[in-house]
Parts: sequence; C-alpha cells; structure tokens
Amino acid sequence: MTFLRRAVGAIAVAVSLWAAAPAEAQAPTRTFRWAWQGDIASMDPYARRETFTLAFLNHVYEGLVRYNERLEIEPALAVSWEIVEPTRWRFRLRQGVRFHNGAPFTADDVVFSYERAAAPNAIFRGNISPVRGVEKVDDHTVDLLLYDPNPILLRGLTDWGIMNRAWAVANGADRPVEPTRGHDSYAALNANGTGPFMLRSREVDVRTVLVRNPNWWDRPQHNIDEVVFRPIGSAATRVAAMLAGELELMFPVPLQDIARLQAAPRIRILQEPELRVIFFAFDVTRDELPDSNVRGRNPLKDLRVRQAIYHAIDIEAIRRVVMRGASVPVGTLMAREINGYDASFDRRLPYDQAAARRLLGEAGFPQGFEIGLDCPNDRYVNDEQICAAVVGMLARVGIRVNLSAVPGSQWIAKLNARQSSFYMLGWAGLPVVDAHHFLSNLYMTPDGRFGGNNYGGYSSARVDELTRAIGSELNQQRRQQMITEAFQIVQNDVATVPLHRQPLAWAVREGVRAPQAADNVLRIWTVRMD
Amino acid sequence: MIAYVLRRLIQSMLVMLTVAFVAFSLFSFVGDPVANMAGEDASQRDRDQLRRDLGLADPFPLRFVRFVGGVLQGEFGFSYRNLQPVARLIVDRLPATVELAVSATALALLVGVPMGVYCGLNRSSALAQAIQAVSLVGISLPTFVTGILLILTFSVGLGWLPPFGRGDTVRIGWWQTGLLSVSGIKSLLLPSVTLAMFQMALVMRLVRSEMMEVLRKDFIKFARARGLTSRAVNFGHALRNTLVPVITITGLQFGSAVAFAIVTETVFQWPGLGLLFVQAVAYVDIPVMATYLVLISFFFVVINLVVDLLYYAIDPRLRDGGPGGTGKGR
Repeated sequence: MTFLRRAVGAIAVAVSLWAAAPAEAQAPTRTFRWAWQGDIASMDPYARRETFTLAFLNHVYEGLVRYNERLEIEPALAVSWEIVEPTRWRFRLRQGVRFHNGAPFTADDVVFSYERAAAPNAIFRGNISPVRGVEKVDDHTVDLLLYDPNPILLRGLTDWGIMNRAWAVANGADRPVEPTRGHDSYAALNANGTGPFMLRSREVDVRTVLVRNPNWWDRPQHNIDEVVFRPIGSAATRVAAMLAGELELMFPVPLQDIARLQAAPRIRILQEPELRVIFFAFDVTRDELPDSNVRGRNPLKDLRVRQAIYHAIDIEAIRRVVMRGASVPVGTLMAREINGYDASFDRRLPYDQAAARRLLGEAGFPQGFEIGLDCPNDRYVNDEQICAAVVGMLARVGIRVNLSAVPGSQWIAKLNARQSSFYMLGWAGLPVVDAHHFLSNLYMTPDGRFGGNNYGGYSSARVDELTRAIGSELNQQRRQQMITEAFQIVQNDVATVPLHRQPLAWAVREGVRAPQAADNVLRIWTVRMD
Repeated sequence: MIAYVLRRLIQSMLVMLTVAFVAFSLFSFVGDPVANMAGEDASQRDRDQLRRDLGLADPFPLRFVRFVGGVLQGEFGFSYRNLQPVARLIVDRLPATVELAVSATALALLVGVPMGVYCGLNRSSALAQAIQAVSLVGISLPTFVTGILLILTFSVGLGWLPPFGRGDTVRIGWWQTGLLSVSGIKSLLLPSVTLAMFQMALVMRLVRSEMMEVLRKDFIKFARARGLTSRAVNFGHALRNTLVPVITITGLQFGSAVAFAIVTETVFQWPGLGLLFVQAVAYVDIPVMATYLVLISFFFVVINLVVDLLYYAIDPRLRDGGPGGTGKGR
C-alpha cells in the first residue's frame, strides 16, 4: 500500500514537473539592466527628498496618485477624491490592493505612512508640509487635513509612497532613517510596497534587483520580469558598459559621447529637452559687492545693468557651440509642461551688444566693471562651459567677469551663505511641476520659510502677495491670471536671466521601448523589451 | 621586541590623531552637505535646522572632539550619503579593496621580479631593452587612461571581460569575496592589471638595478669561483640579497595600492573603499571621509611596522643592533 502510494506520488510529481517545464521554457526571463550615475540613497521612502531616489522607489512604493508620461495626475492607490472643505480632502482608496507580502492595503496604512513621513526627524516631511494630518473615515476612505487651501496638493502627493503599517511595526521600522540621530531602519534595505515591482536584493552602491509583482492591481504595460539597477559613476565607464552590451539603458549620456553611441550598432539615443531651465541670478541686496571693482554701489541693483547682461548673451551661440545644438533656449524659467506656463511671458530680450553697451553707459558704467560669477562644474549639462562662454560674451560689452567654477557642493555652499554676487542655477520645479514652486522658492523675498533658493535676495511686495494667493487659490482661471502677472513682473525686473532647457539624453539598446518624460524619470512600468 | 612594537603602536595613534585633525580642518572647504541632504527646494529654516541637528553648526574643536570620542568607542558615525552606519559601509567595502590590492601586488611581484632578474642578467639583450622601454610607459601612463584603454580593448572591442563592477560575490562570514566565482575572477582581471601596472614597472626596475649591483660584489665572484651553477648563484645568492629593498617598496606600495586604488576603483566602478571615498567627497559625506582617512593612515602605520619586522627576519645584521637600530631609509 505504502509503496503504491509513494509510486503514485512520484508519478504525480513527475507529471507536474513535465507539465511545468515547457511553460518555463516558453517564457525566458526578461531582465532589464540599467545604470545611472549614482545609487539611490535608501530603500526607505522617507529618508530623502531627491528626485532620483523617490522616482526609483516609486516602482516599489506607490502614492495615492501618480504622474503619467505627460506629467498629468492619474489615480493610483486612491481611485477618486473630493474637496469636502477647502482644507479637508477626502480620498477613496482602491479596494483589493495587496502589499508585496500579501497584507491588504487599508486606510490604516495611509494614516501610519503620514505619521512616519511627517515625523520630526524625517527628511521627507518637507514634501508633505501642506498636510496637517490624516484621518481615517472607514477602511477605504481617508481625509487629508491641510493647513491652507492648496490647489496643487495632488502633485505633492505623487512621490509619497504608502507603507504597510503591520510590516513596519513588526520589523521595528516604524521610524524612518534619521541621519541626524544616526538611526538606521530595517526599511533602508528591505521594502514592502504595493508597486509593480518587488525588491529582491540590494547591495548599497553595487546593485539593486527588483522582480515583477505578479499581483499588481494595475494592468501592466511593461513586460519586464526582472530589473537590475547598477550605479556607474564614471561617465566613460558608463558609455563603455553600454557599448559592451552590458546594459539595456543608461543615462545621463554626456553630450560629447552622443555621436559615438549613435554610430554604434544596436544602440539608440533618446533625446528630449528636460524640465530643468538653466539661468543666472544676481545679488540685489548688498550695497557693495566684494568681488567687484565698483565701490560704494552695487551695479546689479540697477535694472539697466541686468538688462545689459541679458542683451549681451548670445543664446544661439551657446546652443550651437556649447550645447551641440541640443538645448532649447527659453524666455522664462518655466518649461512648457509646467502647470501655469503661458507663452505671453516666455520671451527673451534679444541678443544686442549695442543695446547692452548703451544701457551700461546710461547706468554710469561706460567702461564696464568687474564682477565675479559662481558656477558649478558637475551639476548641470556643460555648466562650466556655458559660464566660460558667457564670460567671453560679457567681456565684449565691457563687463570683466572672474569665473569661479567649482564642484557643486562648494558652489551651493557659497550660494547658501549668500556670498555670491552673480550665479548660475537650474530649476525643474519638481516634484509639483507647478508655477508656485518657482515663485515661492526663487522669487519670494527670503524670510526663512519662503525664498529658500532666492540667493540674491530679489524682492517685490507684489510678487510676494501674488505668490501667497496663488498658493491657495482653487479657481483655475483666477490663479492663472495671478501667475501671469507675477511672472511678468519678474520678467520686467530681470530678476533672473533664463538661458535654456538642458537636454536629457538616454542611451537604449535596440528593441527596448522606454518612454522618456521631461522630468528625466524612468518609469519601468511603461518599458517594453524584446 | 614587544616594547618596540608597543612604542610603534603608540606612535601610530599620534599619527592617526594628526591625520584626523588635518582632515577635519579641511572639511569646511569641501562644501555644504546640508544642501545635498535636505533637497534642493528645502526652506532656509529646514536647512538651518538640519545643520544644527547634524552638529555642523558647532565650533570646530567640539566637532573634532566628538568625532575622536566616537571613534574611541567604536562609533564612526552615520553616512550622509548612504544613510547607513559608517562602520558597516567600511566593513562591506574593505574586502573588495583588499582583494584588488593583494591581487595587483601579487601580479606586480610575479611579473616584475622575473623580468627584473632577466633584465639584470641580460642587460644588453633586445628583449631587456624592450622591457625597459615598456616599463617606462607603465610608470608614466595615468591610471585612468590605462583603465579606459583596457576596458575599450577587452570589454568593448573583444567582449571578453566585464567593463565594470565586481561580478558575483560569495559571503564567508563577514567577508564578501569575488575570488570564488568565475564572474568575480573575470571582473578582477582588468582592475588589478590597471592597478599593478605602476608597481610592476617599479619592482622590475628596482630588481634590475639591485641585481646589477649585487652581481658585481665579491661574494658572487667567490661563489662563481667555487664552481656553483649560475642558477644557484643568480637565484640562491644574488636575488636573495636584492630582496630587502624590494620588500620595503612592495610593503609601501601595498599601502599605496590600498590608498590610491581610488582612481582604479572609480574607473571600474569597483565597490571598494576608494570609490566610497570619492563619492563621499562629492557629497560632502564628512563621517565617511573622516573615517576613511583615519583608517588609511592606520594601514600605513601597520604596514610600516610589518615591513620593519620583516627586516628582522631577513637581515641577520639588524637583529644584533637592538630595536629600530637604523633608519631603514624611510
């Protein structure tokens, strides 16, 4: 009897193996190997506010809403929402969603995720700063309570990944990674989200492997079984790895290597203008500039001097020579895709050396003057070369510029200390992709809370007033009018001199379809490969 | 002997303390870590808060004392960039760098010594001349150029070896080794050749000149007069007497190989200490930079000590002169 039972068991196993074998043979694993210039900071979704890390984590953790490729909001873990009161938003949560460990997704997870993300030492808390609290209404409904009415709330929620309460508590990960206290977390190397991919393994700075989530709530557009992400810091090595066929996709591609990769068989270059606009700004607060030869007066406070600098910049030459034809010159800091963009203020002052000289003369500097310029040399595409070109252009109208091009961490330290007279900066408006982000960070009078990146101290009472109103105006039409007015003011004041949208370039292997979005974010759940 | 070692260890503490002090005083010039950590659009208030929370707003002496106090308790801090305890990062990266440095040094000796002997013995042969010329290239070509050339040849052109990374690793206790898998060995080849290039040329030239000098000595003439085979003379007597300077140089070069694997590791994305340091500098990751510099100075001190002790073993004359009798040309 026993023998018979065993034999039947063995046959059953053999049959099932035989049946399973061809199925496996038919579906080879599609592994998508890709590289970027650095590693993600952590698997913990609240340990950092940095586009690349959050975008990567978005494959594992999902927000209540998400961006599509055209940077429009679409439902994710929330199916619908309504504004109950101006400061109370009600979200209906998707039913039947399960975390990677099988736990069901409920309102408790959203409440927990808010408490964890808004903890006093969580670096991420700045991203959900408009939210005062989260209340559970029932198992699949939550209310988000806001400090003020907020027209761009949904945009700010896109990279707030929802974690599983039970999992976090069971693993002692109910507090985020806190660098200030040296607090490590289980969630730094492990993950349990609801997203299209699950974390299989992570070696810091070496490789992070994700596998397809077979129980994802959404219908996958992708056909990837496994994702292998490997950071490669050296650009030359990244290019070589692509050429050697070790990668399906990599970015950023250095501009000087584009032609070389394009010439290689089986490699394509995807190129688009990025959201990020590169621009110059000025110190308009100090009465005397330490790096200028003008005494007793700050020439940059004079509108005519700022206009002269704008007129002296030959943006076409920069595009053609420095950017190898790959940049898109702009007349405002907002890219076309940003919410609030309007063509009416996207106009450049023309390149006109005579006008520049005339304006300098009117301002009392017929012989020009001397000034310093601060640029990074590793932050933006060809940043140092752009500055060097501008130095030459300004010299032709009499402004002698002493360029200081240093590593980004030194350059930003100088800007933060308000030590720079004239500086380069780039802005993409991420994560909210809205005009308010530009106005509140770059143009509002610095007061500790706002104007955090307005390192030159530009100040306009009207812009401040408009920006505050734009931050809470729910009527789209009125809001747009105020945005247009504010941008016209900063435009007329030449508070900043916009240059161009920098190009973003990805290299992909033939047979890989990877939609490229202007925020320079790779969304692997939209990638298909042969 | 024990007193000597102890004295050297105490000296090494002072050296490390000095290194830590110099390193710390330089960090204020590296840049601002807060801007990287807080996110580019953080408000001034949040940035200031983070700076205070990290203790960066404190005066320099206080921060230095805090760091040294932490190190004495085995606390190396928390990486700003990797968001991990620094000690764990170092332990994770150490095997990669040690395996790379050891294999590069071994390669340098295995190739450099025989070539040096050959060139010493056959000074005027065409091959010796050729080796000499090539070794000049090895000494003068910058590491990153060698590395990229090797990648372009063997990875992109021929497709034989991986262009970056460490391949598959196997964990033995806390040591993660790449020596036990085919992909690990294949990945090790290009970086170790790159790193060994300079050492190889150095060892070869050193052995060559030492051989030439020793071969002129009287005891070699006597050995030949006694009718010993030239093999016994060349390798048994001549080579053995050239080894003291070779050991010094190899020891110090091993230290440099660990310390200056930075460029090689960057080119090959080799996940060792050097790459960790380079990334830390770019990010102003002060805890990692400080720990790395202290650790490397510790390496150098230990290697010097080991080299000194090896002298004792090799050169009988030193054993009589008492501890640290001569300066040994350092």
